[in-house]
Amino acid sequence: MSQEPVITVKDLTVALPRGADREHAVEGVSLSLAPGEVLCVVGESGSGKSVTANAMMGLLPKEVRPVAGTIEMDGRNLLTLSEREWQDLRGSDIAMIFQEPMTALNPLQRIGDQIAEVFEAHGALSSKERQAKALSLIEEVGLPDPEKAVRAYPFELSGGQRQRAMIAMALALEPKLLIADEPTTALDVTTQAQILELMADLRRRRGMAILFITHDFGVVAEIGDRVVVMRYGEVVEQGTVGDVLGRPTHPYTQRLIAAVPPLTPPPPRNRNDDAPILTVEGLNKTFRSGGGLFSKARVVKAVTDVTFKIGRGETLGIVGESGSGKSTAGRCIVRLLDPDSGAIDLLGEDWSAKSGAALRQARKRVQMIFQDPYASLNPRRKVASILTEGPVANGVAREKALARAQELIGLVGLDPSALDRFPHEFSGGQRQRIGIARALAMDPEVLVADEAVSALDVSVQAQVLELLADIRDRFHLALIFITHDLCVAAQICDRIAVMRRGEIVEMGPTEAVFGNPQHSYTQALLGAVPGWGENSPLAEGRRVAGAAS
Amino acid sequence: MTKSKDFWRRYSRNRGAVVGLGLIWVVILVALLAPLLYPDSPWRMVQRPFLPPFAVDGFWFGTDTLGRDIGSGLAHGARVSLVIGLVSTVVALLIGVPIGAAAGYFGGRWDDALMRFTEFFQTIPSFALAIVLVAILEPSLGSIVLAIAIVGWPPVARLVRGEFLSLRSREYVQAAVLSGQTSGAIIFKQILPNTLSPVIVLASLMVATAILLESSLSFLGLGDPNVMSWGYMIGAARTVLRQAWWMSVFPGLAILLTVLALNLIGEGLNDALNPRLAREGR
Amino acid sequence: MGIAGYILARIFKACLVLLAIAVLNFILIHAAPGDPAAVMAGEAGAADEIFIQQLREKFGLDQPFHVQLGRYMAGILSFDLGFSYRQEMPVADLILDRLPATLLLTGTAFFISIILGVLMGALAAVRVGRWADSVITTLALIFYATPLFWIALMSILLFSVTLGWLPAYGMETIGADYTGLQAAGDVARHLVLPALTLGLFFMAVYARMTRASMLETAGLDFVKTARAKGLAEGPILRRHILRNAILPVVTLAGLQAGQIVGGAILTETVFAWPGIGRLMFDALLQRDYNLLLGVFLVSSALVLLFNLITDLIYLVVDPRISLTK
Repeated sequence: MSQEPVITVKDLTVALPRGADREHAVEGVSLSLAPGEVLCVVGESGSGKSVTANAMMGLLPKEVRPVAGTIEMDGRNLLTLSEREWQDLRGSDIAMIFQEPMTALNPLQRIGDQIAEVFEAHGALSSKERQAKALSLIEEVGLPDPEKAVRAYPFELSGGQRQRAMIAMALALEPKLLIADEPTTALDVTTQAQILELMADLRRRRGMAILFITHDFGVVAEIGDRVVVMRYGEVVEQGTVGDVLGRPTHPYTQRLIAAVPPLTPPPPRNRNDDAPILTVEGLNKTFRSGGGLFSKARVVKAVTDVTFKIGRGETLGIVGESGSGKSTAGRCIVRLLDPDSGAIDLLGEDWSAKSGAALRQARKRVQMIFQDPYASLNPRRKVASILTEGPVANGVAREKALARAQELIGLVGLDPSALDRFPHEFSGGQRQRIGIARALAMDPEVLVADEAVSALDVSVQAQVLELLADIRDRFHLALIFITHDLCVAAQICDRIAVMRRGEIVEMGPTEAVFGNPQHSYTQALLGAVPGWGENSPLAEGRRVAGAAS
Repeated sequence: MTKSKDFWRRYSRNRGAVVGLGLIWVVILVALLAPLLYPDSPWRMVQRPFLPPFAVDGFWFGTDTLGRDIGSGLAHGARVSLVIGLVSTVVALLIGVPIGAAAGYFGGRWDDALMRFTEFFQTIPSFALAIVLVAILEPSLGSIVLAIAIVGWPPVARLVRGEFLSLRSREYVQAAVLSGQTSGAIIFKQILPNTLSPVIVLASLMVATAILLESSLSFLGLGDPNVMSWGYMIGAARTVLRQAWWMSVFPGLAILLTVLALNLIGEGLNDALNPRLAREGR
Repeated sequence: MGIAGYILARIFKACLVLLAIAVLNFILIHAAPGDPAAVMAGEAGAADEIFIQQLREKFGLDQPFHVQLGRYMAGILSFDLGFSYRQEMPVADLILDRLPATLLLTGTAFFISIILGVLMGALAAVRVGRWADSVITTLALIFYATPLFWIALMSILLFSVTLGWLPAYGMETIGADYTGLQAAGDVARHLVLPALTLGLFFMAVYARMTRASMLETAGLDFVKTARAKGLAEGPILRRHILRNAILPVVTLAGLQAGQIVGGAILTETVFAWPGIGRLMFDALLQRDYNLLLGVFLVSSALVLLFNLITDLIYLVVDPRISLTK
């Protein structure tokens, strides 16, 4: 490194309060950033990456405190600063943006005022100049209609726009270092691409160093110069992005990179084309909300004219961004929602026309696997009852249901003793396995997986995907796989349907959709996925890691 | 077993809650032992009127305008307060829980209609309604319990509705729907058990509110004329405030301590039952 | 739709609720014990059967239920709340005569309690875990548990009987015949004890709520953003935490309006404050059901008025309301 680093973290150790699951949140972490450099800190949940970032900003919660090491900037050790000195430093020398743009802005204050407040906090400019500066910053980060955006409240902006506003705020005093804590995790993939582009552009123009916290190796490959890999609060490997991602040396990094799903689908499977088991035709669903004597009802067309077929043993992926209607379509298919119109034909039976007791009795044929492993299991019931109450409600004898539960819990890779325990005793991935066993206990013919691996860490994600593919083949199930993540979809789906604003814009075999997308939206979507462009080190890294492990 | 131990550990971390529990045991004990401590009717004249506290042995709390023992009134009044507090809370729960559950579970028009109904009852000034109801039904233990329950159920309905509404869309409930369970099974097995914690906390606070309300009613002369109650004692003392402070001070302290104890217990229950919601503020 | 529409919708809704309360009121009058005609005849001193029958016809008491209801509702719309035979005056006149005193009392108590309550709660939240917090939380807990009427009696005992600082009964010094500023000062002196007594309980409610709400808001993401800007604790507290934390308190204040009006019954009774609460107590003693239910209806209307005020406050503090719908 030729230049003097902007900031240097040396042997930082941060203690957790007593009674936490480990003693230190972060132990012996060292890293530094050169001017204009983007350093990515990557790791799974609980790796200590966010704690490191917050320590550098002096924003740790009271009960979590640094106990050893130094954070050096401009010849000062930041860990010795008083609260006053921190206030002077924050916003002017180091700025920070966060993961959740929806909650990171004060809902009761105008965007322009929130930006102007940065100047005010540091006693810069007159109040008129502050407003003018806020406007030019809003222009710089590319918010549409800047004049209006200055006077807007956060609830009037979309998630991506709010993140832009956050960035504008962070740029206000031209800090030397920007800390970005998972800034694009909550955003759709196309919005993410725009924000990443904005950040790369600002770095180029302003020469600002960026510490970028993320869990996504694709993002690292896209934006990072160097990368630090963390696990359990320790740095396991660091180096240039090309080195670490392309030639990972630490076994943990290798395992992580091997688990990252690539954007290219594996070669298509040889399947006999069965007759379709489920046929959906002209499905429509509209939501109405509010509306009364003095206000108009809001009408949202969530699903418009959706049509597709799926056969036994086949996986159909439904991909799209938030608001595309993919989840609503899934919920109509399992009949958690009643479609407004359209036919759903399940092996010759009109599934959409059933209601009441007839629907209840037929429900076992179509089951769902949910997104949130923490909300999908009743916290007050043991796993045994979670797995048996469905079959029992359908007239299966209790002993038989229990025997089956024992069989299934083994099948999804858990110990039979799991049956005697409550959901909170399991990890996220284990809970997702229980959710899969619960669906299988009903002996379904069609399985709808709604973002079933989205909440899981990447290594767990790969295992659960494998399990899903395995049970699909073993039970010859039709699997409808709903996801926002194109890479994940590429790995498991035989065919892909791309949805936008309630409509399927493109549908076809996975290798065709990924290899030769027809619709401009599909092209944009694929182009927005970070990290898999030309010369991406990730592809090379996967080969190296795959060979090593 | 570990669960109840866990519960007690979290509860007892709140020192106020432990004090509250101790206080309420004292009140319960006094209520239970009232017939033994003061076998005479609290309405009987036992000493000369206007006897100040500690003036005569055995009459530590003094006597009232008619020479009735204040101590006896306090002990017997404890029974009325506790019984009315508990029974009216149970009745309010019996009204509020089904209404809230139905509104939250079935949603849509049911929700609209039931919540309008609930809001209506919440708009009416509850104390005024309680007065009118007791006055029209003639004061008795039954009418007082009914009046308190009628003004007390709306918060229960709102709470239960909110819980049902959020749990209804929780994924494990949707999984139960997909597994073909009936609405009844889903309500009673999947949702209701998960709403219990906040309802229990609210119920403990409602007992406190009910005791306050009962005392206010009997203060205004709307108590059951056949039973001695703390509110009645203060009401009777009002006109002789200048001559006999003890007549109103002791029953007032009794109400204060009982209600305080119940509120403290409510906070402790909240800490113990909703550990995630318990705020750091200690 | 905009602000005017929002306010119109609120007023419209309040009117509907008021009508529903009037219907409930009518049903309660019917449920009241005793035959009103017999009562009236008794008042008039002539209790023979023919006279009672004449009275029934005259007042339409022999008409079917829905006709009587219609007549009652028509009366309400022209502010005719019936006749008090004990006081020999129309109920509406009696109430109108007493209403200003109650408005003064409840309004003062409402504003004292919300302003002081929020200040106390905010102070406790800022000093969380320290002695100021302990004192405020303990006091709030105690006042939250104390019966209103007992506080009233104890404050009379302390401030009037023992210390002699403030008058204990009534709204003005009888026979003093003050005018102008002197009269206002006299009323103010009489107002202190009742308003404080009534406000104390609600102050405790709002203080507890504000404290809890502020502690919760302090943990939200945008507060961290404010800190990341380098803002000092003072502005963070005022602009970010307090402003957001106050919203649920305002909602609660709206819900509590009914309690304040109810509390006025007790306060006015103890302090002999000449408002409609005291009127209700008198009606209760005399079993004057027409008057009792008239006061009930008017106090419900008062609650609706308070609710409307809190809706307006909400409009000022939360931009989302006027801008979305």
